[in-house]
Amino acid sequence: MNLINFLFGVYPYIALTTFLLGSLIRFDREQYTWKADSSQLFETELLQKGSILFHIGIIALFFGHLAGLITPHQWFLDWGISDMMHQTIAICLGAAFGSICMMGGVILWKRRMYNPRVRANSRFMDIFILDWILVTLGIGLLTIPVSIYHAVNGDASIMINLSEWAQAILALNPSPHFLDEVDFIYKAHLFFGMSVFLLFPFTRLVHVWSMPLAYMFRPYQIVRTKFVKQR
Amino acid sequence: MKVRANFSLVMNLDKCIGCHTCSVTCKNVWTNRKGMEYVWFNNVETKPGIGYPKNWEDQEKWNGGWELSKGKLQLKSGNKRSILANIFSNPNMPTIDDYYEPFTYDYAVLQNSPLVEATPTARPRSLIDGRRMEKIEWGPNWEDDLGGKFKHRSEDVNFSNMEKQIYGEFEQTFLMYLPRMCNHCVNPACVASCPSGSIYKREEDGIVLVDQDKCRSWRMCISACPYKKMFYNWESGKAEKCTGCYPRVESGLPTVCSESCVGRIRYNGIMLYDADRIEELASVADDQDLYQAQLDLFLDPNDPEVIKQAKIDGIPESWMEAAVQSPIYKLAVEWQVAFPLHPEFRTLPMVWYVPPLSPVQSQIDQGNLATKADGLIPSIETMRLPMQYLANMFTAGKEEPIVLALKRMIAMRSFFRSLNVEQKTDLTVLEEVALTEDQVREMYRYMAIANYEDRYVIPTSHEELRQEDFLGFQGQNGFEFGNDGCSISPNASLFPDKRTKSADNLQVVEFFPYTPAAKISEGEGV
Repeated sequence: MNLINFLFGVYPYIALTTFLLGSLIRFDREQYTWKADSSQLFETELLQKGSILFHIGIIALFFGHLAGLITPHQWFLDWGISDMMHQTIAICLGAAFGSICMMGGVILWKRRMYNPRVRANSRFMDIFILDWILVTLGIGLLTIPVSIYHAVNGDASIMINLSEWAQAILALNPSPHFLDEVDFIYKAHLFFGMSVFLLFPFTRLVHVWSMPLAYMFRPYQIVRTKFVKQR
Repeated sequence: MKVRANFSLVMNLDKCIGCHTCSVTCKNVWTNRKGMEYVWFNNVETKPGIGYPKNWEDQEKWNGGWELSKGKLQLKSGNKRSILANIFSNPNMPTIDDYYEPFTYDYAVLQNSPLVEATPTARPRSLIDGRRMEKIEWGPNWEDDLGGKFKHRSEDVNFSNMEKQIYGEFEQTFLMYLPRMCNHCVNPACVASCPSGSIYKREEDGIVLVDQDKCRSWRMCISACPYKKMFYNWESGKAEKCTGCYPRVESGLPTVCSESCVGRIRYNGIMLYDADRIEELASVADDQDLYQAQLDLFLDPNDPEVIKQAKIDGIPESWMEAAVQSPIYKLAVEWQVAFPLHPEFRTLPMVWYVPPLSPVQSQIDQGNLATKADGLIPSIETMRLPMQYLANMFTAGKEEPIVLALKRMIAMRSFFRSLNVEQKTDLTVLEEVALTEDQVREMYRYMAIANYEDRYVIPTSHEELRQEDFLGFQGQNGFEFGNDGCSISPNASLFPDKRTKSADNLQVVEFFPYTPAAKISEGEGV
């Protein structure tokens, strides 16, 4: 097994398993630590700009990647979306939301590093995961010129290979050979991106799981009784 | 009708001397931890003043509490959708400077100083980031006893509809103390704003608590509480608040702030209210009707209908007795001398206040001010505190109830002065304020004497009635099997459950009957 086979055939499973199992264990055993860990008490103006941009960007990017990578190729064709169209959409949305996310991320990074109060109360992992996401994002943005080059030459094969690789991973049939022709910059992005999942349970990112949509459907007031009903 | 009981307080501001003993005991018990240095679950403010955090009463700024939107009750910070939309950054969030930057001093400098000409000084240092603080500009009680300029404290919103400038003059100035804590509201805005549903009101005693395991630090409660009594622990990233000293209250003891009050101003007791009418009464159209609305929400513990329904709703007998004896009920409902703080926030607060009298005694002694016939007891018009100011604080600006309450307190003094000095029962002073002699004698007992057992009527929480498997608790505290206390998903756990989970589901464990033959005697059930 060479390094490429390990990184793109085995590492994805290590990352995903750690992501799922790690989250589950932390939720089960350490729920007191399960939080967004807001630092708005210390600084609110930069957070207002940075956090909103960053979150809009990263949520769009996450669902964009999810839809682009794991939707079977045939479905797109059935919906009448040609490969070139698919690639153009991916490039445009990726560039737009990537830039939004990057802007927000840089503001948040600056805030975290240079606001003395926020910095003093940052744990190692808070700074590390922000750095890591920004590097991943930066590499992701760097893939755009390469993708444009492919698109201009009418070549959608790299994009299709990437999604075939991702679907093969989810189908428990790891096929690193799909990435043989893929440029190095994409592979670097893949490695950093997969590592975000690996790091996820050990950082504040776990708050993503707790997106409080249920709030929309509950009554305002909550009353708890100490007398647990007999089951 | 659905009868519920709420642990409640009344603070008799007429007796508060602003000594901060309540704040200090509370601080020592609850908030002397990292991340909570700036937090005072209980604090005492000097009014007029902007308070802690700065201008907390100004809901145009903080958007705390409730408002009516098309006749329907809604959080002032927005509907549920806009609360979720603001989750990445809460636009109403106070920052640490709105409270104050917590600090300590370099005490070691004093101990380690060599022999020097000038006295060494311990300079302040921030407890947030450890940096040197050149000058402390604000603190937890910066305005103590009217400290600072009038210009600054006159930003107090209780001055809103008043000619405030004259109160800047030395001769016209006034002050009162306002101890504040969580109001354990009947319609709490913090609970309603919590996206993760971690804040809750306890059905048995109405104490509002934060489930620390479920809090996700979305920090909506911090701004939604109009009293700013929800705090963010920056170390743990969780919301924390006054616990109503529930471990004490459950055992029938008063809260530590009440227990330690040297002025005996605090009363603890329970109030019965109709849970079915909360929404209706919290959404009456006129702000000035909210005080009356909350009085209407309370139920009379002597009413046979209420007693019947309370039994159905599972209120224990001892709680009904406590409700009859409740000093809160007497002060708030029977004598109507206590008022809720800012009822216009529509949270239906359960900490009420007896407004202070403020006689200008030196002027009375010189005969410059109008008094009652006896020449000693001041009349209401000559009080130093403007009625409008008190009304803005306690009745959304309606003066009549405040005036009546103060008149009743003066009548009580008048009555007892003539009784003790002139040995005669002067009933005319009571007729003016519609009190009977029995009532005023009881008022005197509760407000002037204020015995411990009259101030604190707290039924225990009847822990023994919860069918707990007490054996299951053995060995839980101190010697835990691994990560105890954190797992809040008892139905699905990755790891084997503790064998004694029965403490959670409260089912009686069926033990194999063990009956040693020697101990069985006739006629004795085991």
